[in-house]
Amino acid sequence: MSQSDLVLEVKDLTIFYGNIKAVKGISFTVREGEIVTLIGANGAGKSSTLRAISGIVPWGGEINYRGKSLRGIPADRIVAMGVAQVPEGRGIFGNLTVLENLKLATWQRKDKAEVSKDFERVFTIFPRLKERISQPGGTLSGGEQQMLAVGRALMSRGSMVLLDEPSMGLAPVLVQEIFRVITEVNAGGTTVLLVEQNANMALRHAHRGYVLETGTISMSGSGPDLLGEPRVKEAYLGG
Amino acid sequence: MKIKRNTLLTLAALAVFYGLLALAENTLNTYWVRILNLCAVYTIFAVTFNLIFGYTGQFSLGHAGFAAIGAYVGALLTLSPAQKQANFFLQPILPFLANVEMPFLPTLIIAGLLAALIGSLVAWPALRLRGDYLAIATLGFSEIIRIFLVNWQPLTNGAMGLKGIPEYTNLYWSWGAAIVTIFIVKRLIDSSYGRAMKAIRDDEVAAEALGVNLFKHKIMAFAVSAFFIGVAGALFSNLISTIDPKVFLFTLTYQIVGITVMGGMGSLTGSAVAASLYTIFLELLRPIESQITIGSLMIPGRPGMRMVIFSLLLLFVILFYRKGLFGQKEFSWDWLIGFLRGKNRKMKTSQTLGSTGAADKENKS
Ligand SMILES: Nc1ncnc2c1ncn2[C@@H]1O[C@H](COP(=O)(O)OP(=O)(O)OP(=O)(O)O)[C@@H](O)[C@H]1O
Ligand SMILES: [Mg+2]
Repeated sequence: MSQSDLVLEVKDLTIFYGNIKAVKGISFTVREGEIVTLIGANGAGKSSTLRAISGIVPWGGEINYRGKSLRGIPADRIVAMGVAQVPEGRGIFGNLTVLENLKLATWQRKDKAEVSKDFERVFTIFPRLKERISQPGGTLSGGEQQMLAVGRALMSRGSMVLLDEPSMGLAPVLVQEIFRVITEVNAGGTTVLLVEQNANMALRHAHRGYVLETGTISMSGSGPDLLGEPRVKEAYLGG
Repeated sequence: MKIKRNTLLTLAALAVFYGLLALAENTLNTYWVRILNLCAVYTIFAVTFNLIFGYTGQFSLGHAGFAAIGAYVGALLTLSPAQKQANFFLQPILPFLANVEMPFLPTLIIAGLLAALIGSLVAWPALRLRGDYLAIATLGFSEIIRIFLVNWQPLTNGAMGLKGIPEYTNLYWSWGAAIVTIFIVKRLIDSSYGRAMKAIRDDEVAAEALGVNLFKHKIMAFAVSAFFIGVAGALFSNLISTIDPKVFLFTLTYQIVGITVMGGMGSLTGSAVAASLYTIFLELLRPIESQITIGSLMIPGRPGMRMVIFSLLLLFVILFYRKGLFGQKEFSWDWLIGFLRGKNRKMKTSQTLGSTGAADKENKS
């Protein structure tokens, strides 16, 4: 593999909350066109890692996006560089309508014609959102909010999306559905960094994965390899 | 088609409103004209507070301070040199102001710009704070402005205040400014900037993750608000013609917050309606502060009684109408027409159809 297809390179990343060291020097990479997943127990530091990449929490170490250091770059610039995020807990704006929520993701974009095509695309993937276009985001069901969050990330047309537990709280059918969309979006050329509790689904759909344990990476490998790994089975796949 | 119809309706409504203003200006006595002017000033105050707090979620308590800046600019730029000399008899006024006398329009604009400038300078550090801390910081700023007014005699004439300010403010100026304010604030909150502001209000972290520049939008809301508060302040001083620092105590901010809450956070219609109701209501209550005699019973007047009643009313609204009179709803022609038609339809079909069914049909068509 060449250096040039590295989309994201994280080296010795540390994150402190006050005196608590939540992430203790982790390193991983994401290459062009990949789905990479970070799995791990509650409090392992997965969400913190994504927040660091998006520029929302201060961090130490190195984060490079397409060869460019993200140090000191404010969150809104990072989004403009093409890194979209679906934050944990969805980050739906409760008082804004479905349409307004989606529009928020597009407002850095200048390609108006493409934007309306993307609206169509999101509504094709999630017809349910189209039916509820003028409903306030806060009144959607949990699953619908998740669709909205994922749809919104698609609208920003990031060349990379960071997904924080997109399957959280969804019925099994919808989990399938969300993962289908992730695979589809990835096939369309978007690189994905996926954080999941649902290790089974995540590893089955990811090219590669990393296991995060209390702030350090304990294992890494291809999706199928990790699925077969006894320690992973025991800890994350329910034996 | 539809947009055109609404624009026409708006223009027609403005024309009718203009006619009403002309009628009021020519037929009502000065007392009531002044009250209607105050309605407009308070409408601007409430609408701007709504922009900062209702739409952007920044709990700023600096309104009295910004209003004071506007009011003093309005006074100092319109007072004639002779009047200035008469006012500043203890200490002469700063030389550069002594001979300034400007027409009203540039005065209003300068009042707004200065308030916006100072507002942005205050917002710069203060907006890093959130919630209660921002409230405390802006409240402190407002008090600092007032203390400046008391102590900077050569500029403000200190605690004695300023008298003989020309009474330029009439219903055309005051309501003209109120309508411009509502129009611009409405355009702003309906734009992509406004969407970003509302996103910040709903969830700051999520907005940031989506790429919303928090600082830029907060500053924008602050500066636009401060501009119009400044304009309203200048309208105010050129209305009541006498101002002193005590006018801009925290109670002014408190009233503005109360009015906005009553009208509904996130409803400009609510702000305008509540501001006018409040101003008129407070005037109607004036008699209760003077001595009342019922038969042989004599109730002595208590200044401040009206504010007690206002506070009780506010309490009532907060307890029973959490979201204020209008919530987040906004007046619109579509709503009015739908409402009128819905009502007709309901009357005709109430026997056969449930009223909600009729209303639903209307909304869809
Ligand atoms: N703002 C904060 N202040 C203090 N501590 C925090 C903060 N955010 C996270 N932490 C702590 O950092 C650690 C890692 O949190 P993080 O949210 O990254 O975990 P996670 O791996 O995403 O867990 P989960 O799977 O439960 O979402 C936790 O111990 C958490 O309590
Ligand atoms: Mg998490």
